Amino acid sequence: MFSLWQRVNALATFSILLLAALSCAASFLDAFNSPSVRAHAEVIKVNRFRKQLTGNDEVSLTLNISMDLQSLFTWNTKQVFVFLTAEYETSKNSVNQISLWDHIVPDKDNANFRVRVPTKYPLIDQGNNLRGKKIDLVLHWHVMPKTGRMIRDKMALSEFYLPDAYT
Amino acid sequence: MDWQGQKRAEILMQILLLVSGIAAFAIGYIMGSFQMMLLIYAGGVVLTALVTVPNWPFFNRHPLKWLEPSEADRHPKPQVSTTAGPKKKASKNK
Repeated sequence: MFSLWQRVNALATFSILLLAALSCAASFLDAFNSPSVRAHAEVIKVNRFRKQLTGNDEVSLTLNISMDLQSLFTWNTKQVFVFLTAEYETSKNSVNQISLWDHIVPDKDNANFRVRVPTKYPLIDQGNNLRGKKIDLVLHWHVMPKTGRMIRDKMALSEFYLPDAYT
Repeated sequence: MDWQGQKRAEILMQILLLVSGIAAFAIGYIMGSFQMMLLIYAGGVVLTALVTVPNWPFFNRHPLKWLEPSEADRHPKPQVSTTAGPKKKASKNK
């Protein structure tokens, strides 16, 4: 501590160490947040259901989605990425997981909403197994914190059956 | 800055930073604002820098007292003995 620059150095080192400790503490407190997400999704309409020229089934839907993600937000949450997947089983793949719609929730004020949307991304199967197939709609969310680990979770919302014939 | 001042500056720096860090965390958590925590902590760091980095007069209240030159003359520095062992001399010449 005998010179000005040595004091500046000591101050910078100790203050950054403490900043890291504060960030760790903020991230640690997130572990005590037990969110309860309420969400609902249903298929209103099958807009298109066809076999592509390559032989794969392609489906486009219109969905009614509502959710309340407010309990996910803590003081250490930067944003929440939420996406809806269609999950089903075929003889080729035991798990098929296809993202239909996604959304970035920037803050708590925008975390409770209801939308009626066409699927952002088409549901394309590997093959042509989709006629009459049971599809589960699953909501996934990734909570992106300001400091610390990203938290991932999911919730099965509803299931529906695709029509037996192409449109 | 004298010896006592250096010690005081170091302790003061650590206490000020710890207090500002704890206060920033508490206020940020209560207000639910991460940004507020960072702002308060940044303010604390700047305040600590202003208090401990410059060489303020209150760090110089215990100046070292050197002996007077006349006092040093009366107690001369012991001379290095010229009758040291031959081994030591040999090593010195190398």
